[in-house]
Amino acid sequence: MTTLSSVKTTSGLASVLAMVVMGVALMFVAGHAQSATLHDAAHDMRHATGFPCH
Amino acid sequence: MLTGALFAGCAAGLIAALLHFAFVQEVILLGEGYETGELTHFSGSALEAPADHAHEAGAADDHVQGAEAADPSALTRNGLTVLFTILIYVSYAGLLVAGFGLAETLGKRVGAVEGLLWGIAGFVSFQLAPALGLPPELPGTVAADLGDRQVWWWGAVALTGTALALLAYGHHAWKYPLAVGMLALPHIIGAPTIDEYYGVAPPEVGAMFSARVLGVGLAVWAVLGWVAGQLWERSRTA
Repeated sequence: MTTLSSVKTTSGLASVLAMVVMGVALMFVAGHAQSATLHDAAHDMRHATGFPCH
Repeated sequence: MLTGALFAGCAAGLIAALLHFAFVQEVILLGEGYETGELTHFSGSALEAPADHAHEAGAADDHVQGAEAADPSALTRNGLTVLFTILIYVSYAGLLVAGFGLAETLGKRVGAVEGLLWGIAGFVSFQLAPALGLPPELPGTVAADLGDRQVWWWGAVALTGTALALLAYGHHAWKYPLAVGMLALPHIIGAPTIDEYYGVAPPEVGAMFSARVLGVGLAVWAVLGWVAGQLWERSRTA
């Protein structure tokens, strides 16, 4: 029982970590990366979600 | 977990795009009219800003040139706005669902009602608290160094989000002073600012922009949290 719960918790934490990494990476690319192409494409959304834009 | 985040993020992103075009886009275009000099506020002009400050402050001029060089059609521009709005709400949803997962490993149940509260807390962490130091920027406003602002923004988001989670789920009495300290810290440090104001857009337009951005943000985050919580509960009980 203990082993099963600890395996479940470990797998739960791994999923949590994976989602955090995905969320932060996507937020960085869509909201913060300063390549000119990304900036121009995401411009209106960056202003409209309150990200520091330029 | 991923499916729920994708669905909730896409749904919220589409609603955000709809509200964006209903309330926010027209104000952005108005701000850009002042930024490019097409419109002139009675007391301000981009040409009157000291050149060194404009350059040092990150360059509204570069931005205008970049926008003109790209010159996308309205359809392309608005299509990209919809796409990136969905992407950013998927990223919010990913972090929200990660929070649900973490709460569950700590024995906390999350359903639609808790999801709604998480959504409002997400709005406070990602939009409202950072806006106290860095108000949503209308095109035509000039701000401090971009890198400094981004570092402060991430710090404010992380501290505010952690403090709210601590207030909601912490067990010890010391959570209150700790959380209050974490909430206050970014504002005690202070967001990066410039020594004077060089914005060329009227303050009325800037105020309207900030208010609408925050209003839309609250509405969409509430929907995002509710939908994500609902999906989370169903996936747990399925």
